[in-house]
Amino acid sequence: MSTVVNRNTEQAAPVQPAAAECEREYIRPAVNIYETQEGYVLEVELPGVNKEGVSVHLDGNLLTVEGRRAAPAQPEGGFFYRESSGADFQRVFEVDPAIEAGKISGRMEQGILTLTLPKAEAAKPRKIAVA
Amino acid sequence: MTLTRWQRPDGYGVAPWGRSYSLPSDLSQLLQSFGNVFDSPLDASLATQWPGGRLPAVDVHDGKDTVTVKAELPGMKKEDIDVSLQDGVLTLSGERKGGRDEANGGVSRSERWFGRFERSISLPYAVEAKTIKATYTDGVLTIELAKAEEAKPKQIKIEFN
Repeated sequence: MSTVVNRNTEQAAPVQPAAAECEREYIRPAVNIYETQEGYVLEVELPGVNKEGVSVHLDGNLLTVEGRRAAPAQPEGGFFYRESSGADFQRVFEVDPAIEAGKISGRMEQGILTLTLPKAEAAKPRKIAVA
Repeated sequence: MTLTRWQRPDGYGVAPWGRSYSLPSDLSQLLQSFGNVFDSPLDASLATQWPGGRLPAVDVHDGKDTVTVKAELPGMKKEDIDVSLQDGVLTLSGERKGGRDEANGGVSRSERWFGRFERSISLPYAVEAKTIKATYTDGVLTIELAKAEEAKPKQIKIEFN
């Protein structure tokens, strides 16, 4: 049974990004992927991102999740100490073709984007009665 | 007014890694500019737990009159986060709950961490404990503290005779 993630592609493929896009620095958000008979659930960690900053894009079987942080990376006053990168998030997944694209839904809460990717009916495992 | 040397209390401090980690150059310059206050290696368990381990990433901002601490803690509930301040050390602790029932399907990929965490941060300036304000928005815990009077920057007038 194929899974959501066959590999994580680092660049947005197959279209080459424009030059300006290449200069943007992204970090890959941590993600948990769960699989059930109904489909897949992705939990993506996007701290500092609100609903307006999230964009999810499906192109063929490549799912791109982007999160733009709400606050500016450089606050007034300096950093005394910094561990966060302040960069925006981006991650691309290759998805199972059995996913029904039209039924993908998402919810954003406290920096966690929960994406539900249901499998198409025909792809779900089914019992076959034998006479 | 006496100037006392800022001493990091024993145990936890701000820098979570031991010397063996190499820091991005701008961050290491920042640390060096503060005169090696992050000198001694910390509790060894902290070094192994970062990055991507069981501690939230923390930023400390230096405002003119305030000190702001931000911690990345997505997916938590306010009531599961504890903030305490004692002797100039701010402690963030709590429990990250989550994960799904594994009986209902499997986990294909698991990068998020769950469980208890605790992180203590020595504040760089004396603060007025009463002014502490904590908010949790978009998965980021923000704690603001006003600097104590003696810690605020002051203009010193010089008399020339």
